[in-house]
Amino acid sequence: MISIRNVSKWYGSFKVLSQCSTEVAKGQVVVVCGPSGSGKSTLIKCVNALEPFQEGTITVDGTSVGDPSTDLPRLRARVGMVFQHFELFPHLSIIDNLTLAQIKVLRRDRDTATKKGLALLERVGLREQAPKFPGQLSGGQQQRVAIARALCMDPIAMLFDEPTSALDPEMINEVLDVMVELASEGMTMMCVTHEMGFARKVAHRVVFMDKGEIVEDVPTAEFFGNPAARAERAQQFLSKILHH
Amino acid sequence: MQLTVVAALGGTVFGTLLALARLSPARPVQLAAGGYVNLMRSIPLLLVIFWFYFLVPVALQSLTGADRPPRIGAERSAYITFVMFEAAYFCEIMRAGIQSVSRGQQGAAFALGLTYTQAMANVILPQAFRNMLPVLLTQTIILFQDVSLVSLLNVTDFVGAAVKIAQRDSRIIELYTFVAVVYFALCYLLSELVKRLQRRIAVVR
Repeated sequence: MISIRNVSKWYGSFKVLSQCSTEVAKGQVVVVCGPSGSGKSTLIKCVNALEPFQEGTITVDGTSVGDPSTDLPRLRARVGMVFQHFELFPHLSIIDNLTLAQIKVLRRDRDTATKKGLALLERVGLREQAPKFPGQLSGGQQQRVAIARALCMDPIAMLFDEPTSALDPEMINEVLDVMVELASEGMTMMCVTHEMGFARKVAHRVVFMDKGEIVEDVPTAEFFGNPAARAERAQQFLSKILHH
Repeated sequence: MQLTVVAALGGTVFGTLLALARLSPARPVQLAAGGYVNLMRSIPLLLVIFWFYFLVPVALQSLTGADRPPRIGAERSAYITFVMFEAAYFCEIMRAGIQSVSRGQQGAAFALGLTYTQAMANVILPQAFRNMLPVLLTQTIILFQDVSLVSLLNVTDFVGAAVKIAQRDSRIIELYTFVAVVYFALCYLLSELVKRLQRRIAVVR
C-alpha cells in the first residue's frame, strides 16, 4: 500500500533523511520510533507530500507521490493524517470540521456529510460535542475528533504523527483505544509514536530511525523480544524509554 | 463617508490579494507586489492623489497616442486612488494575519485534500481576518480621517493647480517629483530601520 524507496531529503545542505526504505502492506500497522531529530515526522509527512523530498520514490496504492504530474489533493484525500497538535479548525464547529473536506473535496451534499460526521463522532464517543467548538474540548477529545475528521474521508490508509505526545497522561488511553480499534478493523496505519505499549499490542512491524536513517525494520516480536540482536543505537533508545 | 466604506472594502479585497501575492512562491509575483506596496506606503496620500489626478491621464495619453489627456472625473479618481493606496496598508495587515495562522492549520487542510485556494478561503483567511480585526478597524479609522482631510481640499483647487501647470510647462511637475523622491527615500530608509529593529526583538516561536 505504502512503499518508500531510497528516500533522501535535504533542508538546504542539512541531510534530514538518508536513503530510507520501508513498506507498509495493506492492513498492516507499522510503528516508527526513534529519538527526536531522527527524521520520523519528516518521513511520514513525505508520504502524503506535505514535505517534498529530493531523492527516491514513494508510492501510495500505486500512485507515485514525488511525480509532478500527480494530483496531490486527490491523493491526500485518500490518506488520512492525524497531527501531534490536533490541528482542528478553531473557527468551525466540530461538525463543520468534519464536513468541510467531505463537501469541498468529495463533493458530498451537506446531509450526507453531516450524517457521516455524526456517525464517526458516535464511533469515537463524542456525538454530543458536535455543535461545540474545538476550544471547548479537552486535548484527548480534540484528538479523537481529529481522528474522526480523517476517517470521514474514507481513507485507504492513516498516518499518525505522534498523536499522543501533546496529551496529558490520563487522556492518552482514550486516544490509543480508538487507534487500537481502528487497527483491529484492518486499517493500514503508519504511526510515529513513543507509545511502546501500543506498538506491542497492535503493530506488525517496528521501524527505528536515528539521524535520518532507518536503523531497524523488524517484526514487533523481534524488536521487543530480542533486544540483544538490535543495533547499538536501538538498544540505547529502548533502554531509555521502556522505563515507564 | 461613502468613500471610506468603498476604500475600506476595496482596499481589504485588493490588499488580501496583494498579501497572497507577496507570499507567493513565484519570485516575480512576490517582487512586483512587494514593490507596489513599498512604493504606496512611502509616499504621502496627498502626493498619490495629485499624481493620480494629473499624471495618469498624461501617461495614458502618451500610451494611447491621443491628442488630449483623457478626463478622469475627480470623484472617480479619488475612489480609485484611495482603494489603491489603502490596499498597500491592508496588504501588510493581512500578510501579518496570514502568517500568524499556524503552519499546522495549512498542513491539516492539505492533508484532507483541500487545494491551496480552498485551504486559504475556508481555513487560513477566516482565521487571519479574525486575528487582525482590531488592526483592520484601526486602519479604517485612519482611512476615514484621511478621507475627511482630502474633502477639505476642494476639487477646484486641483483644477486651479492644473491650469498653473499648463501655463508654466513642466517645471512644477519636476519640483513635485523631487519632493516625492525625497519622501520616498526617507520613508523607505525608516521602514528598513524598523524591519531591522523588528528582527532584533522578534520572539522565535
